[in-house]
Amino acid sequence: MIPEIGQFALILAALLMMVQGTLPLMGAAKGISAWMVLSRRTAQGAFFFMALAMGCLIYSFIVNDFSVLNVASNSNTKLPLVYRIAASWGSHEGSIMIWVFMLGLWSCAVSIFSKHLPEEMVARVLGVMGLVGTGLLLFLLLTSNPFERIFPVPAEGRDLNPLLQDPGMVLHPPMLYMGYVGFSVAFAFAVSALLGGRLDATWARWSRPWTTLAWCFLTLGILIGSWWAYYELGWGGWWFWDPVENASLMPWLVGTALMHSLAVTEKRGTFKVWTVLLAICTFSLSLLGTFLVRSGVLTSVHAFATDPRRGMFILVLLGLVIGGSLLLFAFRAPKVGTGGTFKIVSRESALLANNLLLTVACGTVLLGTLYPLFLDALKLGKISVGPPYFEAVFVPLMVPTVFLMGVGAVARWKEAALPDLWARLRWALAVTLIVAIALPFILGRTSPMSVALLALGFALALWIITSAATGFLDRIKYVEGSFAAKLARQPRSYWGMFAAHLGVAVFIIGVTVVKGFEAERDVRMTPGDSVSVGGYSFRFEGTTDREGPNYMASRGTFELSKDDKAIRKLYPEKRKYFQFGMPMTEAAIDSGVFGDRYVSMGEPINDGKQSWSIRVYHKPFVTWIWAGCILMTLGGLLALSDRRYRVNMRRDVGLEKA
Amino acid sequence: MKKKLLLMIPLLVFFVLAGFFIVGLNRNPREIPSPLIGKAAPAFALPDLNAPEKIVEIKDFKGQVWLLNVWASWCVSCREEHPLLVEFAKTHDVTIVGLNYKDKAADGKAWLRQFGNPYVVSVMDADGRVGIDYGVYGVPETFLIDRQGVIQYKQIGAITDQALSEIILPKIKELKR
Repeated sequence: MIPEIGQFALILAALLMMVQGTLPLMGAAKGISAWMVLSRRTAQGAFFFMALAMGCLIYSFIVNDFSVLNVASNSNTKLPLVYRIAASWGSHEGSIMIWVFMLGLWSCAVSIFSKHLPEEMVARVLGVMGLVGTGLLLFLLLTSNPFERIFPVPAEGRDLNPLLQDPGMVLHPPMLYMGYVGFSVAFAFAVSALLGGRLDATWARWSRPWTTLAWCFLTLGILIGSWWAYYELGWGGWWFWDPVENASLMPWLVGTALMHSLAVTEKRGTFKVWTVLLAICTFSLSLLGTFLVRSGVLTSVHAFATDPRRGMFILVLLGLVIGGSLLLFAFRAPKVGTGGTFKIVSRESALLANNLLLTVACGTVLLGTLYPLFLDALKLGKISVGPPYFEAVFVPLMVPTVFLMGVGAVARWKEAALPDLWARLRWALAVTLIVAIALPFILGRTSPMSVALLALGFALALWIITSAATGFLDRIKYVEGSFAAKLARQPRSYWGMFAAHLGVAVFIIGVTVVKGFEAERDVRMTPGDSVSVGGYSFRFEGTTDREGPNYMASRGTFELSKDDKAIRKLYPEKRKYFQFGMPMTEAAIDSGVFGDRYVSMGEPINDGKQSWSIRVYHKPFVTWIWAGCILMTLGGLLALSDRRYRVNMRRDVGLEKA
Repeated sequence: MKKKLLLMIPLLVFFVLAGFFIVGLNRNPREIPSPLIGKAAPAFALPDLNAPEKIVEIKDFKGQVWLLNVWASWCVSCREEHPLLVEFAKTHDVTIVGLNYKDKAADGKAWLRQFGNPYVVSVMDADGRVGIDYGVYGVPETFLIDRQGVIQYKQIGAITDQALSEIILPKIKELKR
């Protein structure tokens, strides 16, 4: 009964989305306001039914209704409650379901927080979102029905993929999808600007908070995914340049460019065409990510055997959404106009150059990700593109990006004088260079290659910090009052930028130090053996068997110590889930501000002495990678809370009425 | 005019990408050597598609050189290779066992009625668990298993005429000797 209610709710949501995607758009084109006002109610209605369907699906998982195919394939009576809930979005059907649910959520949010927008704009924005939602809902209903029943009803479910039975995986997909789908708002704003021919500073101010919020979610989503891969896959790596990871990185890169481009459009009324294109591209890449993951067109650790019909359906959908919007762009973009002018040396050029660099970086990731596909399609053989390619092209692109990031935040709008810039930034540059070159030697590195790489990483991070500090001192120079008062006078959007940019610096420090100083040992250990790495010693005390809710585990006990002082015990596990043949590794990590001590169990060795192959790592500063991402997210949220949005919004309402 | 063309570029790039995706969807990116070759074929005990009460086990085929073909009614490439298998089964003395992967029994049976049945028996791997043991990435896949139950060759993706006559058939002849 409940699954049927869910199914009907989905169908009703699809019907409402169809109305949302047609009448308001036509109404906006013909100026029929009775059709336009439908957009808000239909968006809210569609969301209501989608939430109902989502609730029904989660309920089916909670009660383990194995007559639902999706539940039977992804749940189990022994699966703990929290993972049963997470299993609702663990499968293909479930993940598409949560995708459209998120779209409903975002369009419902737009319908509520758009009181200050002209009716025509709301109708177009929600209309475009309705069209996208209709496509995805049809995909869900026609090819991937999450409520499909099976008969006879199996007595036991197949259980959730053990890799996904993890706290990180409970949060990762919803966050990531909130980000992916959140960019549909920016996309819808861009398309409606193209349709209506209205694109000005107010337009940018409206789409900015939505874009920033989506970007925050995406950043968090990627962060959780990376953290999950780090401790769950047991290889100690945090980024693998896997196609699915790349699929989330691409919208992030272009989304970052979009955020900055929107800032220019709002403040200076320029970059309009570029901003619109970025908005279209960001969401297109989000859709592409969904396609790549769900169609099985690329090999990846995340991709599962899929039905090619699904791939074709998504591809057609992709063609309609991306092809359609780019076609519209090609014909309507000239109407949008270009806006103000600026000189070669200005904040605008720095931002433009950075946007180009980010876009090119995204292009190289796209190329690397799809290269195997291109070669295969051209019958030139099968290859896979690995981390060496990505590191070789990505890092050189990020160096100028980070350099300009420092300059751009300090340079003046419209026209900045080079001598002036030099005068303001020379101290920052000097400190950066001296410290960055000295630091590797202080840390005991002498080989030229490792010194060069470390110095480069430190220089980038220090440059961000010192230039941000310079910018900060400039800002408060002419503010009256005490130091605290000076700080308080800065708007939150400034603090947002400050935090996000510092986040990048923290991230770079993390990456640099991990790359330069990580150490690992792969050893065979018999109980009583010790192995030391990075100044820490791991003593293997043996294994015990432990029974989990749906698995059996061999749990190793390790004593971690430094300088003969015991720090703590670590308990890595090798788990065998009842429903799966594959053993799973649960690493044990002693995590701290200055890095992680990481131990994971390989295979037992048959030597009669209960030996195991064991891998231990010392990962200095690895936590800074994620701390940096969190800082970036916080920066985004701070910028969102800036009061000027609220104040300006009110002023717009006044203007609209006047 | 020049500007118009410039604005067309994103669309053109997308068209090129979409073209590759269409081709890519019909190709298998996973044609990589299987680590299972030279190892014993993983054991299974699965119900017969046409008589679910009967359990078919791997030891039923011990002493024979046989092909294990993974197929499903929802699989498009299976339709491509199926006529070849039907023809092959008619003209050669080789045991072909079907592993009906993640399929519904009714759909599977209907499919065999429509396209012909080259298999001595098809077993139902409804939940795909045996497929996992065999490292099945995508359907179809075909395993050549020798008299001792060791996997000798694995064809990922649809069997082609060429693969059949140039690789599989010579291998079968060699193994039967």
